[in-house]
Amino acid sequence: MDFSEYKGVYVFVETEEGKPKPVSFELLTPARTLADKLGEFVGAFVVGYQVEETVRLCAQYGADKIVVIDAPEYQYYTTDAFTNGLHKAVKKYKPNVMLIGATNNGRDLGPRLSCRLQTGLTADCTSLDVNVESRNMEWTRPAFGGNLLATIMCPNDRPQMGTVRQGVFKKAEPDLSRQAQIVYEDIRTRPEEISTRLIKRVKEVVESVNLEEAEIIVAGGYGIGKAENFKYLEELAEVLGGQVAATRKVVDAGWIAHAYQVGQTGKTVAPKLYFAVGISGAIQHLAGMNGSETVVAVNNDASAPIFGAAHYGIVGDYKEVLPELIKEFKKRKGE
Amino acid sequence: MNILVCIKQVPDTTEIKIDPEKHTLIRDGVPSIVNTFDTYALEMACRLKEETGGTVTVMTMGLPQAKKALKSCLAAGADQAVLISDRPFGGSDTLATSYIISQAVACVEKEKGSVFDLILCGKQAIDGDTAQVGPGLSEHLGRPLITYVSELKYEEAEFQGKRENDDGYDWIGVKGPCVMTVVKTAYEPRYPTLKAKIEAEWAQIQTITAESMKETLDLSKCGLKGSPTKVVRTTTPENKVKCIYIKEASPALSAGKLADILAQKKVMGR
Repeated sequence: MDFSEYKGVYVFVETEEGKPKPVSFELLTPARTLADKLGEFVGAFVVGYQVEETVRLCAQYGADKIVVIDAPEYQYYTTDAFTNGLHKAVKKYKPNVMLIGATNNGRDLGPRLSCRLQTGLTADCTSLDVNVESRNMEWTRPAFGGNLLATIMCPNDRPQMGTVRQGVFKKAEPDLSRQAQIVYEDIRTRPEEISTRLIKRVKEVVESVNLEEAEIIVAGGYGIGKAENFKYLEELAEVLGGQVAATRKVVDAGWIAHAYQVGQTGKTVAPKLYFAVGISGAIQHLAGMNGSETVVAVNNDASAPIFGAAHYGIVGDYKEVLPELIKEFKKRKGE
Repeated sequence: MNILVCIKQVPDTTEIKIDPEKHTLIRDGVPSIVNTFDTYALEMACRLKEETGGTVTVMTMGLPQAKKALKSCLAAGADQAVLISDRPFGGSDTLATSYIISQAVACVEKEKGSVFDLILCGKQAIDGDTAQVGPGLSEHLGRPLITYVSELKYEEAEFQGKRENDDGYDWIGVKGPCVMTVVKTAYEPRYPTLKAKIEAEWAQIQTITAESMKETLDLSKCGLKGSPTKVVRTTTPENKVKCIYIKEASPALSAGKLADILAQKKVMGR
């Protein structure tokens, strides 16, 4: 394998119904840092249908070269069409590094693509670096429920691939005047190459329950006592313009739907502010929220591990603390 | 209907502690369990089998002690168990692992003279959390894939999986043979009966080695040699966070103080 043929730090820009997933633009930020270090360019593979707007935004968020695959069969994600489309594009454009957002679709596509290319893929990276001399990426990711950080390299194969969760990196400020080289690739997938059939699509979780994109989350643990007590959390979330969420134990108890679960068997979130109310702080839960910018814990048990992961802690009864907080924030909003 | 469930024996991550001085994982005394998501996959397979008839086979790759995990799956509803175990397989990353498993699947299918209609894997293992072996297996076998399935139906010779996506779910249909990865289901895996446990203890477990697959297996794709990714170092995350406790004289005062701090940090949405 001649490594010198492999150039550019590319981001796979995931779209659905023509709209980009936020994580894709976030990944253009580390792509820029890595490309600058390597003296290479930032590339983007945009796959979808009617993606002109996404392509324009890619340039504004930092892509130098944008390869576009735009055809009706890419309107909705299918594992076969996206693997086929992206595989052919990667074979032609030969990225050195390839970043994929760790959405459900990204985590479906990534391993199929790396397998087809016979190269390495590091999942759910939380920090990215590159060794300028060897030009090898250093992918760092948590394992064992966040107890361990492993740094992984892919020294003998190209492209070097990794997936990254939403919220790990921040989108750059868009530069409206920025121009990029845009190449349209006519890569099609025939219907008979797609083995799955979409029977029904249900948007169960409305926009407002998209935890991955929430800036403020008020999460409740088993310590809140019963389902009805979510009203305290809901009110606080409403005042703050945030979302409620829960731990696995609460979901298992049937107090709230699984879509609200944060943690290893639920969602991974990275809000600006995370309220942990009545949450003890099991490692599995922490694994889902330790990317939060600021964590506030309210718990009556001073020895709860959650305080070890919190920036601010109030030891006390949340039923006393939350109403006061609600009052306080309401007052400030009124000002 | 013949179903294969791929499982992994993992350390119970809830029991893992960190050595406070050496900053390493303390693995001694940590119990091994069947990966949680794989238990959901097994239960899903057993329920489908009960509807359609057929068999459920469980398969794992690991050290000989992984037999214990296979036995607990036999007790919880599986009919047959296969262990893939051999020295050249050690140190395999997800690419090599999914390759070896795909070879073992082909090997078992050849012996049986029939293919598995459905292969289920847990969406990811709780120790590595990569979620790559299931899709990798689909790719190596060239079989259709549905990931993140929480519910499964079989209607008019079509598998229908309820697939979780970022803002809801899809029902996706696919013809077998195919591969699916399973998330948390609405139901809990069954508890094995005492009788089933005893029977599982005595059950025969087939072992597949490199020798068993020698006709087709490419050893250069196995183990450390066949793994494009290399772990270069591991560290324990430092507890960067130092908690500042807010203890004012009353909840109202504490709430006020916290609101002040958060306002100052500009973390609140307006």
